[in-house]
Amino acid sequence: MEYGLKPLGRERFWLLLLLAPTLIGLIFGAFGSILATIILSFMKWDLLTPPTWAGIENYIALFTNEKFNTALTNTIKFSAMYVPGVVIISMFVAILLNRKIKGVTVFRTIYFLPCVTSAVATALIWNMIYGKDTGILNYVIQHLGGQSICWLCTDKAMMSVVIVNIWGAIGEGMIIFLAGLTAIPREYYEATKVDGANEIQQFFRITIPLVTPSIFFMTLIATINAFQAYDYIYMLTRRSQGDSSVPVVVFSIYRNAWNFFNYGGASAQAIELAIIVIVLMGIYFWMEKRFVVYE
Amino acid sequence: MTNRRQKFILDLITYTLLILGAVIMITPFLWMVATSFKFPADQFTKTIIPNPATINNFKELFGTHLDFPLLFYNSFLISGLITIGQIVTCAMAAFCFAVVNFRYRNLLFTLLLITMMIPAQVTLIPNFIIFKWMHLIGTKAPLLIPAFMGGAFGTFLLRQYFLTIPRDLVDAARVDGASLLRIFWNIYMPLSKPALAALAIFTFQGAWNDLLHPLIYLPSVPNTTLTVGLAFFQQQVAQGGKFTVLMAGGLISILPLIIVFFIAQRQFIEGISLSGVKR
Repeated sequence: MEYGLKPLGRERFWLLLLLAPTLIGLIFGAFGSILATIILSFMKWDLLTPPTWAGIENYIALFTNEKFNTALTNTIKFSAMYVPGVVIISMFVAILLNRKIKGVTVFRTIYFLPCVTSAVATALIWNMIYGKDTGILNYVIQHLGGQSICWLCTDKAMMSVVIVNIWGAIGEGMIIFLAGLTAIPREYYEATKVDGANEIQQFFRITIPLVTPSIFFMTLIATINAFQAYDYIYMLTRRSQGDSSVPVVVFSIYRNAWNFFNYGGASAQAIELAIIVIVLMGIYFWMEKRFVVYE
Repeated sequence: MTNRRQKFILDLITYTLLILGAVIMITPFLWMVATSFKFPADQFTKTIIPNPATINNFKELFGTHLDFPLLFYNSFLISGLITIGQIVTCAMAAFCFAVVNFRYRNLLFTLLLITMMIPAQVTLIPNFIIFKWMHLIGTKAPLLIPAFMGGAFGTFLLRQYFLTIPRDLVDAARVDGASLLRIFWNIYMPLSKPALAALAIFTFQGAWNDLLHPLIYLPSVPNTTLTVGLAFFQQQVAQGGKFTVLMAGGLISILPLIIVFFIAQRQFIEGISLSGVKR
């Protein structure tokens, strides 16, 4: 039997009213927009002249468009570094904080601070930290006897941007892992303690398997965020004339649509981005069935 | 004995790593504070205590053509209205999904959850075209209207919380003849204040920190949000300007949220934990 109250008489009308904003949002905001983006991706339109049908031209152009391929490669590289980085580091922090130590609240507050503040504001200071001639990082490196590094130049910029993005997301991951860790029943630890297991053995036998749901959830969130990452990249890698030293797909979509007025091409890029994310989600959910341990 | 020794070593490692990490996490903020109190001539000095110190950078924010008070007002108004819209419409939908039994409930809820995985960029272009067609670009409306159409994250978060409220309460109220709306308003709303607060904080924070949407809908200074204003300001300063004033602007822009965070830390943490629990 399904749970829940049955609406009576006039209440059906009220139910519809309560759901109306969400329904409108789903029809027009979400699925209508997706459909519209798909249709737009088959057209050529600059919003000034009437749109013309382009067929799969926009998609074919994506394969030969060197700039888009660079953007796609950058997004994949970025995700390949960012996702494992943020999942592993935030799990590590949560495990340390979960060891019944003093000052948990203070540590938690400090680690969470970058999640509260805007990427735009914190990127301002990261720009100063990464500065080639005036930055703090190079100042420290020079004092240790090293050479100045151009952190935001083409070859290093990707790594620098990934570091800042991870720095900004550790707090959220830490909370998700802490929630998962505290949900593990005490009895499991006490039972293995009776059997003579020490803290390190307990960690591998109990903590790791039972924290897999949190790893799964966090990997999911981090992947979605990685493919949409924009703020730090925009703020740290902007060049003159609106270009970027680490153009990612979202940057490319923005630029094609709002700088070059190529709305059809930008839509095709957005669809390709969505397809990649959907395929990845499919793989994740398939892996969830195989590797994630639920009690 | 060996166990106790092992514990001591593990504790030592734990504290060392956590403190090291905390230093990395907080240094950029300390640097921002320090720079914002320095004189422009000292903007690249490597001292953490500004000496001599000044508050002129903050005063100068009001003098620039950026119109900082206007940026602040815009960000505040937009974030506030978005928060109200989300709280109201998400609570309405979450109540239906958690409490009422109606046809297509599971289908509808699944569709809603699917939208959480779709990159926002996919919906950006058609939305922009519609708002442009309605001549709303350059106004706050395109940022506000979608907020009043519910949302997957908020609805999911509140539904999770609503499900923890004992069903006996609903059944008892129903026996007494209470209508759906009464149950929603008199039972679920008052009992869900922690979850509503968590969603309010999240939504406000997300809206306050958003860059992409204001960049598209309110692209020109001075009538835009703090994030877009700061991004423009940074570009100017990079071509030779006062980083100290820029840092003062950055600091002021993050201060309201840091204050809210210190006051309502529990709601923040619980909100994330709530969204992270298994469906």
